[in-house]
Amino acid sequence: MDLFEIFHYGFVQRALLAGALIASVSALLGMFLVLRRFSLIGDGLAHTTFGSVAVALLIGVSPFYITLAALPLVMVSSLAIYKLTSSRTINADAAIGIVSSLGIATGIILASLSGGFNVDLFSYLFGNILTVNNTELLLSLIIFLIVVAVVIYFYDDLFAVTFDQELAQSMGVKTGRINVILFLLTAIAAVLAMKVSGIMLVSAMLILPSLTALQLSLRFRTTMIAAVGFAVGAVFCGIIFAFLWNLPAGAMIVLFNIFFLLLIFAAKKFSVLRR
Amino acid sequence: MPIIRVDDLTFRYNGTDVISNITFAVEKGVYLAIVGPNGSGKSTLIKNILGILQPEQGRVELFGKPLAIFRQWQKIGYLPQRLSGLNVHFPGTVEEIVQMGLPAKDAANLKRTLEMMAIGHLASRLIGELSYGEQQRAMLARALIRHPELLIFDEPTTALDPETRGMFYSLTQKMSRTEGTTVILVTHDSGVIGQYAQNLLYLDKKVIFSGTFKDFCSSQDMAGFFGPTSQHIICHQHDHAGSQN
Repeated sequence: MDLFEIFHYGFVQRALLAGALIASVSALLGMFLVLRRFSLIGDGLAHTTFGSVAVALLIGVSPFYITLAALPLVMVSSLAIYKLTSSRTINADAAIGIVSSLGIATGIILASLSGGFNVDLFSYLFGNILTVNNTELLLSLIIFLIVVAVVIYFYDDLFAVTFDQELAQSMGVKTGRINVILFLLTAIAAVLAMKVSGIMLVSAMLILPSLTALQLSLRFRTTMIAAVGFAVGAVFCGIIFAFLWNLPAGAMIVLFNIFFLLLIFAAKKFSVLRR
Repeated sequence: MPIIRVDDLTFRYNGTDVISNITFAVEKGVYLAIVGPNGSGKSTLIKNILGILQPEQGRVELFGKPLAIFRQWQKIGYLPQRLSGLNVHFPGTVEEIVQMGLPAKDAANLKRTLEMMAIGHLASRLIGELSYGEQQRAMLARALIRHPELLIFDEPTTALDPETRGMFYSLTQKMSRTEGTTVILVTHDSGVIGQYAQNLLYLDKKVIFSGTFKDFCSSQDMAGFFGPTSQHIICHQHDHAGSQN
């Protein structure tokens, strides 16, 4: 098949567009999460998404609206992680572990109650960006615009809270409000990323692009732009090669993200050796 | 009107009092040193004053307003004991960090402040690439750049070399005396700080002493509490500074 021929398919165009939007959202939010050592929140929320999808399937929500239906429970779970963490009695990793276990256990029990593991439920574990529908594309666009607007409007506060939360508090930054916004948007990003990479690989979408960009030792804004660039590049390469080689797109996107990270690591190592 | 008023403040952690029934006030232009042994609650007191921690009882007023409705945070420059969550990969340059939270960027003010802390040459370096001492100087610059009316430092000199340490103390003393800046300094340098500070708050989970250095040094009660040798260690530099003035 000709490389350019694949761009004529409507579902490929939707996949590329939605994938780029979701990857950008994940990369932007991932930057704050990685720097604040909340990298694994994606894993926790993905597992909660599994439980939420199981609830939606059990009550008979149409697969067309599963993404929307899963959102409220995942957003509540994200706030639960935040509350547990800010109580100072439980560390962030433990809080994520609690909510994550609850999500996955709920999903398994509900799948069992519905008469054994459902094929639809498993399809969410691995995702398929090529099946993205117009509702999900529109949702991705809206969330992308909201996240970009929030990052621009609250940039100074996000920068301060990410640098040091206590210092930000002493500057009058409403850290509680900033954290709630960040955790709610992360929940939405995790649900959307489920469509791109599947529940199993959601955290990769949040972590890898920003981790790669951070290796470049650029300024904060430039690092965010670089993270978005790596994320979108991985989506485009992943989808195209998945289509050409008939492989799962989500896994290919994640592999390209890892490839970019290794490439930057190697380039850094090479430049150090040359000095 | 005191710049800070703390009234009957108690903070507990896991059911244990970290500080209890703390009451004191700080007037404008005063240079106050807060000293006490490790675990005496000095940093906890500062975090309660700044609203970072919520007390179990008592109240704090800043610039005459209860903490809950205080909004003029630009009047305060704060340097924490250590950055609670600094990630070495944080992609922020020294100039970005120092100007953090400023409503308007002023290049001349930035240059002057960085040069005052001898880190002008590090302006475009990432904060995570610097040594701890250089990071500390950058954080000092951040606290000073907005010319705040109240400076709160929590063990600021720990990572500084003796020369920068002396420069820091002289600078804060000058700001207090000539610009009327109120300075609160948590320190372990109890043998040195009397040379610069006027007032002393000795804390050991509760207030042991609150008043001027002069009163502390002439107090028979404190001599009885600390022993004459310890009192002399805290006081001799203050006496020396007093005789020079």
